[in-house]
Amino acid sequence: MTISPISPPLMDAEIPASPPRTSTQRPAPPGARARKPATWGWVVYVVLIMLAIAYIFPFLVNIATSFKTEPDAAADPLSLVPATWTAAAYERLFLNSDFPVWFKNSIVVTVFVTAGRVFFDLLAGYALARLRFRGRSAVFAALIAVMAVPGVVLLIPKFLVINQLGIYDSYFGMIIPLLADAAGVFIMKNFFESIPVSVEEQAKVDGAGTFRTFWSIVLPMSVPAVMTIVILSFQGSWNELSHFIVSTQDPALTTLTKGVAQLSSGQLSAGTQYPLKLAAAAIMTIPVAIVFFIFQKRIMNATAGAVKE
Amino acid sequence: MTTALQLLIRRRSGIHGRQNATGWLFIAPVVIILGLFLALPVAMAAWVSVSDWTGRGSPFSAATNFVGTENYSAILSGGGLAERDFGTALRNNFYYVILTVPLQTALSLLLAVLVNRRILKGRGFFRTAFYFPSVTSSVAITVLWLFLFSASGVVNKLLALVGVAGPNWFQDPNGVLHLIAGSLGVTTPPATLASNTLLGVSWWEWLSGPSVAMSAFILMAVFTTSGTFMLLFIAALQNLRGELEEAAMLDGASGWQRFWYVTLPMLRPTLFTVITLGLIGTWQVFDQIYTGTQGGPAKTTLTPAYLSFSTAFNNQQWGQGAAIGFLLFAIIIFFAIIQRLILRERTTVPRRKRFNPPPPKGGTK
Repeated sequence: MTISPISPPLMDAEIPASPPRTSTQRPAPPGARARKPATWGWVVYVVLIMLAIAYIFPFLVNIATSFKTEPDAAADPLSLVPATWTAAAYERLFLNSDFPVWFKNSIVVTVFVTAGRVFFDLLAGYALARLRFRGRSAVFAALIAVMAVPGVVLLIPKFLVINQLGIYDSYFGMIIPLLADAAGVFIMKNFFESIPVSVEEQAKVDGAGTFRTFWSIVLPMSVPAVMTIVILSFQGSWNELSHFIVSTQDPALTTLTKGVAQLSSGQLSAGTQYPLKLAAAAIMTIPVAIVFFIFQKRIMNATAGAVKE
Repeated sequence: MTTALQLLIRRRSGIHGRQNATGWLFIAPVVIILGLFLALPVAMAAWVSVSDWTGRGSPFSAATNFVGTENYSAILSGGGLAERDFGTALRNNFYYVILTVPLQTALSLLLAVLVNRRILKGRGFFRTAFYFPSVTSSVAITVLWLFLFSASGVVNKLLALVGVAGPNWFQDPNGVLHLIAGSLGVTTPPATLASNTLLGVSWWEWLSGPSVAMSAFILMAVFTTSGTFMLLFIAALQNLRGELEEAAMLDGASGWQRFWYVTLPMLRPTLFTVITLGLIGTWQVFDQIYTGTQGGPAKTTLTPAYLSFSTAFNNQQWGQGAAIGFLLFAIIIFFAIIQRLILRERTTVPRRKRFNPPPPKGGTK
């Protein structure tokens, strides 16, 4: 949307249309502008602070409750200070449950998925942005079509193919399907298109082949885009649930999301056990929270950029 | 000089020749994985949706038979449980969509406008606070929500402070519109509404509104997605140049007028993006239902996505499950296309929303 061509006619048309009005109205706005922040500024801050409390308070409740005893959690859910501090929920999770196994599985899957996605997205993004090969536009169109398929309708289809390939209940079945990442390919492609091609051309003139150029010239330049992929895919695979539901049933391969979801839905336990469940929820949130607070600027930019056109 | 140039040309054409192979080598892993785990599965599921596969053995073995559109007709007109469940799931998800999308869009726009003010202390803090729920896992948030909205949970304690006795949220299957009707004295449905059915669900049941349990999910969706959409609106607001607003300000437009007649029309493309993403996303509710309620209470939080899953994996009705998946796919594509068409039609600012005098789109250059 172009804005500059709009504003001049607006100004031109307004001033001759009502010359007396503008002359009397013109001095008014500065006064209004001076008064407005004083009155409205307060309201904005009050609204913002109340909204911020509404957004933060649930997480504080989460952490506080995980250190409460069960009767305390039920009797006084609102209090942010446990009546008696106890780490019983965490002890039970780590010492008397499958929680460490879930944690390990989540880490294994996240590490391999992230590494794989970075590698494949880099190669594919570079090919689409820089290399002229037959069928490039067809591949590109196919990627766009693939991005339009909603993930949730793929649950049964994915199970069928994983089962057919004989990788049900294995790390292969959990990891390989998640390596397909059309959005990441687009991020890499856009990144390569945004950097000047002259450096690579110089390398080629100097006799470096495509691989050599890619490895020693392109890769070092693409660290920012790679970081974006790492963050997005870390967050995506750590929080993934539905794929692990359809690709495994072996308890030894349960991930955090699947384990905690089953704990929550009562498939693994009886009773409410809110401190225990909330401790599990808190632990699975911590890694994402750490990454978020370290890279929040980049995450927010990537989120806005990835969805925007 | 000429030899160097010739060498360069020869090398370049050589590179072009080799680029064909290298290009395919680079793109192959992504193409293979997407083909194997996206295109092929969809084709397999299409076959399963017209077969009587029971989940045992391979769906391509001789034991599996072609049954035509039997699975689809069982869902759409069978008159049995399958049809009633699908109708119920559609109703539930419909209310979820129709409430979540406007609420999250309005809230995220409000947050963006507030956070984007030129003079604001602690902007980074507010932006972080509003965005954080969007990065956490839906499982963790659902677990938290079950606690907050439990019978004697945080929300009901807060409601009690203002003298309201809160419901037992996730256990309450009553429809919100039914509750309102009940408070107005309508407790038994009018005969026409009770006797006519659509997809095995009576008209009266279609008009139930979201159940109290579903309302808690709607609030959760608004809580977790508003941050992401706020970022989209902030990015759009920062791309707008201040000149037009300043011009409006000089002309004496109030803050509300400036927002409604100047800023909002310019945000139209982002607004449509947010609504489209919202429509597509809200028809896919699965994680929350799996973690929280498994469709209960009284099937009022059943969604097509969860129904498709449970029909296949829990009831071993693979054909019907796959068929529900394809119907859901059709619904989502339908909304995406409708949204596209509207977006294409209304790229210009409608007349009544125009700021006086009408800004010509593109302008006279």
